[in-house]
Amino acid sequence: MKTALQTWTLCLGAAAVFALPLASTAQLTKYDFETRMNMESHVGNITGHARDGAADYHRYCESCHGVRGDGSGEVAQWFDPPNFPKPRDFQLGIFKCRSTPTGTLPTDMDLFDTIARGLDRSGMPQWSTFTKQERADLVAWVKHFSPRWVNEKPGTPIQIPPEPEVTAERVKAGRDVYARVQCWKCHGVTGEANGPSASTLQDDLGRPIAAYNFTEGSRPKCGSSDQDIYRIFMTGLDGTPMPSFADNIKPDEAWDLVFYLRALMTQPSKEKALAQQLGLKPVDPNAPAPQP
Amino acid sequence: MREKVMKSRLSVAIAFAAGLLVCAAFLLNQNVSAAGEGKITGTVKLDGPAPHMKGIDMSKDPYCVKAHANDTPHMENVVVSTNGALQNVVLYISEGLSGNAFQPATTVPVFDQKNCVYTPHVLAMDVGQTFKVTTSDQTAHNIHPNPNPMTGNIPWNQSQPPGAPPVEKSWKAPEFIEVKCNIHPWMHGWFAVVKGPYATTDENGNYTINNVPPGSYTVTAWQETFGTQTQKVTVASGAAAKADFTFKGK
Repeated sequence: MKTALQTWTLCLGAAAVFALPLASTAQLTKYDFETRMNMESHVGNITGHARDGAADYHRYCESCHGVRGDGSGEVAQWFDPPNFPKPRDFQLGIFKCRSTPTGTLPTDMDLFDTIARGLDRSGMPQWSTFTKQERADLVAWVKHFSPRWVNEKPGTPIQIPPEPEVTAERVKAGRDVYARVQCWKCHGVTGEANGPSASTLQDDLGRPIAAYNFTEGSRPKCGSSDQDIYRIFMTGLDGTPMPSFADNIKPDEAWDLVFYLRALMTQPSKEKALAQQLGLKPVDPNAPAPQP
Repeated sequence: MREKVMKSRLSVAIAFAAGLLVCAAFLLNQNVSAAGEGKITGTVKLDGPAPHMKGIDMSKDPYCVKAHANDTPHMENVVVSTNGALQNVVLYISEGLSGNAFQPATTVPVFDQKNCVYTPHVLAMDVGQTFKVTTSDQTAHNIHPNPNPMTGNIPWNQSQPPGAPPVEKSWKAPEFIEVKCNIHPWMHGWFAVVKGPYATTDENGNYTINNVPPGSYTVTAWQETFGTQTQKVTVASGAAAKADFTFKGK
């Protein structure tokens, strides 16, 4: 027959055993929640605050990106990849449009620009109606979904050298880069996204995805300026088959490639005119691989 | 009298020198096998019929077809020899290593893209250990490991055109990471990231985990299709403990 004291000690001990892990979990969750609710963004001289972005997110973003930011909003079910990609899962902290190297977080400015630019050929509109402060607040709220921003700093933005003059030699040299690193395997020799590997492309979540079709006329998702195009292939589009070519293309050659890509696009340009003057033919996929 | 003293002093000197030699030998020996480290060794087999590995159609890339002109490439999810020996099984210590003692191995294991397949199919490494990805092919690949970002390992994706320099990386957390090439969708491999000493079975299903301090451990065997199995072993100082595993075919 146990004494009352023994029974009480046993009860308190058991309670402590159960309560202790709960207490520590509660503390961890509270700390994490507090940190993430206090998430900030810094864009130029504007500071965005997550708590201030929550209401706009709820009103404008949640229907696609979901209340937990995991891309499972109410209308996401009707998005049909590859022609209409699914909304991004912000919990993973992986983004296509970055000025930073592959495998690193984007800068706040990268996210800020993506919201304003929108993404052609997707459900992401150009959110041009927000003020800069509202957009910065939204960036902070988008960041708060992923634990990566709590401990990890964004990557260092890549250096883009000044753009040189467009010349016929450079457009031709750009075609040589297109041949050497074999962009045509996915993007096709004419840039029509009909390369031999195009039909089996999948994103990191196993969904079908299409390579960019340079001849189609709509803008690349991560920007349409020459600098944007430079940045796209020198940082890669994380979460997709598009790799970073930073270790395989020298900065000067990269500008040549940008000019050749312009020549592939439908819009009239100096590059396109020069390519036509040169009588530049598409890359021959059966030719032996050029060496670096 | 003086002779006796001299003799005794000599014997003392000899004894002292002998002692020094013994100490030196012991100390030198310490560097070769620190504190009597042992090993864990064994064989991994498959019990039951080997699952059929599909042949690969590489016709989308004529370079790859040519590279396999004299053999038929097959998927490598389960590589088993005629006597049931399982290759590409990763063995590592899952319990028993004291956390503070962990230092990643300093060798640099290499993952090569050759003839449009990954060699080896599974590359084992420690958390924090530098590894290298190389390409021996004259067709472009991209090296695209796909870890779960929640583990702390972040996915990256780099091109590897012909003649590309090696890519050197390391991982932050233990995880079995799938690796693929988006250009050649049949290419599929693994980075097995573990903590502590590890080994991978060869074509005879044999493995040896070296540099195991004496102690009691749980060894885990991981195979990509059949999952994991564990076994408890005790490693005596300077000795080899045995742990064989048998996975059951489905």
